[in-house]
Amino acid sequence: MTQHSLDTKELERRIFKRRMIVSAVVVVLMLMVLVSRLVFLQVVEHEKHQALSDNNRLEVVAIPPTRGLIYDRNGELLAENLPSHTLSIVVERAGDIDQLLDDIRDVIEVSDDQVSRFKRRLKQYRRPYDPVPLKIKLTEDEIAALAANRIFLKGVQVEAELIRQYPQGEAFAHVLGYVGRINEQEAENLDKGAYAGIRFIGKQGIEKQYEDVLLGKTGYQRVETNARGRVLKVLEKQAPVPGANIHLQLDSALQKKAFELLDGKRGSVVAIEPETGGILALVSQPSFDPNLYVTGFPTVLYNELRDSPDKPFLNRATRGQYPAASTIKPFIGLAGVDGGFTTWSYTINDNGWFQLPNDDRIYRDWKRGGHGIVNLTDAIEESVDTYFYELAYRMTLEPIHDMLDEFGFGKITTLDVYNSANGNNPSRQWKKDRHGFSWYAGDTVNLGIGQGYMLVTPTQLAIATGVLANHGRWFMPRLLMHSNDESLLEFEDKAQPDIKLNDDSNWSKMDHAMTEVMYGRKGTARRAGYQSQYTIAGKTGTAQVAEIKRDEEGNALDDVPDRLKDHAWFMAYAPVEDPKIALVVLVENGGGGSTVAAPIARELLDEYLLRESVNAQ
Amino acid sequence: MLSDFIRHAPSETFSRSRSLLQRVHIDIYLLMALMLVAGAGLIVLYSASGADMGAVYRQSVRFGIGFFAMFIIAQLDPRIFQQWSGVLYIGGICLLVAVLLSGHDAKGAQRWLTIPGLFRFQPSEIIKVSVPIMLAWYLSRKGLPPKFRHVLVSLVLLFVPTILILKQPDLGTSLLIAASGIFVIFLAGLSWKLIAAATVIAVSSLPAMWLFVLQGYQKQRVLTFLNPESDPLGSGWNIIQSKTAIGSGGLYGKGYLHGTQSQLDFLPESHTDFIIAVLSEELGLVGAVVLLVLYLLIVWRGMAISINARDSFCRLLAGSLTLTFFIYVFVNIGMVSGLLPVVGVPLPLVSYGGTSIVTLLGSFGILMSISTHKRD
Repeated sequence: MTQHSLDTKELERRIFKRRMIVSAVVVVLMLMVLVSRLVFLQVVEHEKHQALSDNNRLEVVAIPPTRGLIYDRNGELLAENLPSHTLSIVVERAGDIDQLLDDIRDVIEVSDDQVSRFKRRLKQYRRPYDPVPLKIKLTEDEIAALAANRIFLKGVQVEAELIRQYPQGEAFAHVLGYVGRINEQEAENLDKGAYAGIRFIGKQGIEKQYEDVLLGKTGYQRVETNARGRVLKVLEKQAPVPGANIHLQLDSALQKKAFELLDGKRGSVVAIEPETGGILALVSQPSFDPNLYVTGFPTVLYNELRDSPDKPFLNRATRGQYPAASTIKPFIGLAGVDGGFTTWSYTINDNGWFQLPNDDRIYRDWKRGGHGIVNLTDAIEESVDTYFYELAYRMTLEPIHDMLDEFGFGKITTLDVYNSANGNNPSRQWKKDRHGFSWYAGDTVNLGIGQGYMLVTPTQLAIATGVLANHGRWFMPRLLMHSNDESLLEFEDKAQPDIKLNDDSNWSKMDHAMTEVMYGRKGTARRAGYQSQYTIAGKTGTAQVAEIKRDEEGNALDDVPDRLKDHAWFMAYAPVEDPKIALVVLVENGGGGSTVAAPIARELLDEYLLRESVNAQ
Repeated sequence: MLSDFIRHAPSETFSRSRSLLQRVHIDIYLLMALMLVAGAGLIVLYSASGADMGAVYRQSVRFGIGFFAMFIIAQLDPRIFQQWSGVLYIGGICLLVAVLLSGHDAKGAQRWLTIPGLFRFQPSEIIKVSVPIMLAWYLSRKGLPPKFRHVLVSLVLLFVPTILILKQPDLGTSLLIAASGIFVIFLAGLSWKLIAAATVIAVSSLPAMWLFVLQGYQKQRVLTFLNPESDPLGSGWNIIQSKTAIGSGGLYGKGYLHGTQSQLDFLPESHTDFIIAVLSEELGLVGAVVLLVLYLLIVWRGMAISINARDSFCRLLAGSLTLTFFIYVFVNIGMVSGLLPVVGVPLPLVSYGGTSIVTLLGSFGILMSISTHKRD
C-alpha cells in the first residue's frame, strides 16, 4: 500500500467519523424529543388522560329500585310489580335497524304501532348502549323464538324487568292513576340521578302524587367495561332502596261496587269516612284500563278514548265541576237558621214561584203549583226551591258564601288527591273580575238552590257532607292511610277550622230534616230510604243542564236529548247518630237525583254498613 | 485508534474471552443489548396480547430464528456482502416487480410474495438490507466524499426500489428504505451545500407529493394526524386511544398487566404497532425511558462498531443500519405518541410480527460481522 492510499483511507475515516458524530448528536436530540413528548403526555397532561381513560372503562350502572306497592285499607293489592320480558334493541350493536326490525318480525309478531313507538323513542335522547324497548310482555313462546334466533339478531336483547300492574283495572284507574314511560319533556326536568335506570314515572293520581316515595332510591354499581361495552367487573355496588308501600283509605269492595253501579253511565261516586276524613271510594265512570299506559296504548284505541264524547280520561270525581243544585240546601239552610235569617218554625206559603221586588223575572219551583205552607224542615224534605229563593234573597250573598267556604267549597282541602279542580264559591269580587258585572240579587236567588255560578266537584260535596255529618268537625280529607315510610304520616294538619254554630242544636235539627228526605211522607228520596236497617240522612239534587219543560214532579215532559238532561245528585251519611260513611253520587244527564242517584247511594250504604266484615271490625 | 476498544480491555481474562468471542464473531455488547430489548419486548408482549402465552411462544421462536440468522451472518466476512451486493440488489428489485405483478393481497396492499408450498415473505424486507449494502459498496468504491454524479447515481439506485415499494403501497417502509440510503450518502460525506439544496427541493415538492404520490388512505392518515379529534370514533380512534393510554400511565404506570386501555381493548393493535402505548400505560414514563435507554445502548454500540470498522464500505453499511434502526424506533414512538402520522412502522424487537424481526436481527448479524472481522 502506498502512503497516498493510506492518506485517502485516513481521510475517509475522518469524514465518516465527523458525520457519525453529527448523527450521534441528532440521535440524542431526537431521543430528547421523544422523552419530552412522553413527559408531556405522562406528566403534564397525565390527569387529563387519566380522566379520559377512566371515562373509557368505568361506567356507573344504575340498579333501579322496585316501586312501592299500593294497597287498599284491607290490604288488598291495588298496584303491584310483575316480571315482564321486554324485547329491546341496543342500537349501537345492531347494524341496519330497518333490516333488523324486518328480521325480528319474521320471528315474532310486532305491531306497526310498536314499531312506530320504537322509532319515536329512538329519536329521543338516550345514553349510548342504552337498550331501546320494542315490545314488552313477551310470551314464553316469543322468548323461546327470540332465543333460538339470537345469533341472527344482532343488538337484540331480552330483559326481564318489573313492570307496574293494576290488578283491579278500570275501577281504580282515576284514583290510582298510572305510571307510563318517561317522555322526553319529563326527562328534561327530572333529577337524572334519582331516575337513572328508571323507565316509568307516575303520571296521574296516587302514582303521581306519591311518586317521590313510591319511586325508592336507585342503587348503583360502578363497573369496568371494555371497548364493546361489555361489563367485566363490578368494582363497587350500592343496593337500591325499594319504594315505600302505601296503604290507601280506599275500600276496594265499595269502590268496585260503585264502579259497577255506575256502569254504562257517566258519573262519579265519592265516599268518605267522617271520623277520619279517609276517602273510602273515589270512582269515575266511564274509565279506561290503566295497564295500557304501562304497556303502551294501541294508538287506535287511545285516539278513540281521547275523542270520545264520554271523556273516559276525565276524573269526574275530582275534575268534574257541576252546579251543586239542591244538595246545597242543607248548607244554606244551616247558614240561614244559625245566622238568624230564619227559624225552624218560620214558614212561607209556596205558590210555586218567587219574584224579586221590582223585577219581572219569575223564579219557579220545580213543582208546579208549589208546596203550600212549608217550614225549613219541609223545605229540605221536599226540596222546596221557593223557600230557598226567598231565604237566600233575605240573607244576601255574604253569609251564604262564608258558610259554603267553611264547608270547603271553592277550594282544595284534600291532602293528597292529585290535580283536583277548585270548583267555585262565587263572591261579588269574583263576578266583577270574571264577568265584569256586579253581583245581582238574582244571582243570590239562584245560588239559593245551587244553580248559577256555584260549581262543585263530587269530592268537594262529599267532604262537605262528611263535615255536616260530623256536626262541623273538620278532618284532613285524604287517600293515605298508612305507609312504611313514616314521614308520610307526619303530614302537617292543615285541616280547615271546625265550624262553630251559634246554636249547636241546629246540627241535629238539620240531621232530622235530612232524615225526613229519606223517610218523610213527602221525602224526595223516600224510595231510597225504604226499610233501611240504619238511619240515613240524605239530600237529592237535580242540576239543570238546559231549560226544559217539566211536569208536576219536576220531571221532563218531552223527550229530551241525553246530553241536555239534568245531572242527578245524591248526598248522604249514615248512620245519622254515629256517621260511618258520607257519600255523594253524581250521574251526568241522569235525570232526577231521587230516581237515579239515590238508589245507587242506598246500595252503596248497604254494601258498606251491612257487610259482615265491617260489622265485625 | 482502530483497536481502541481492545486497548481499553481491563484484564487478561477479559481480553482472552473477547478474543474467543471474536473467533465466533459475536459482539458481546451488541448481543447483550439486543437480548435485553428482546426480553423486555417479550414481557410487554405477554401483557399486550392479553396474557397470551402462545403469542409469546411464537415470538420467541422468531427471536430464535432471528438470533440464529444473526449468528450465521456474523460468520461471513464483510467482503462477501460487498461481493453479493449487486445480486442482492437486482434480485430484490426483481422480487418487488414480481410482487407488483402477482402480489398477495393482505390488508388491501400488495406486499407479500408467496412461493407456493413453501412460504410467503415481503421482498421489501430484503430491500431493507440490500439498498444500504448496494449504496455502501458503490460509494466506497468511488471514494469519499462522493462526487455529484456519484450522488446522482446513488439516488437513482435508491429511488427505484423506494418507488416500487411506494406503489405497493407501503409508505412507511418506502420512507424508511429511502432513509437508509440517504444515511449512506450522508455518512459518505455528502457536501452540506447539497444537503441544503436537497432539503429545499424536498420541502418544495411536498405539495406535488400530496397531489400525485400519496394514495387516499395515506392522505387520510396525514389528515388524521393533523387533527385526530375530527373523527374520534373512526380514523382518529387509534391515535386518541394511544395518547390516552400513554398519558394515563403517568410516571410509574398502572402496573404490569393492569393497563386498562390495553387490557380492555380500547387500544387497537396493542400488540403490534401500538405496543409502546401498552408499555407506557402499564410501566409509566419510567418504563418507557428504560426501554429508550436500552435502544440507545444498541444504537451507541452500532455507532462504535461503524466508527471502528475496517474500511469505508463497512463503516457506511454499519452506520446506515444503525441509524435506520434508530429511525424505526423514533418513527414508531413518534407516531404512537401523536408526534408523527400513523405510517405502520413496528417497534423493532418489541412489536409482534414475523419477517421484520428476522430481517432486523439479520442486519445486526452484518454489524457483528463488521465488528469481528478486522484484517488490520
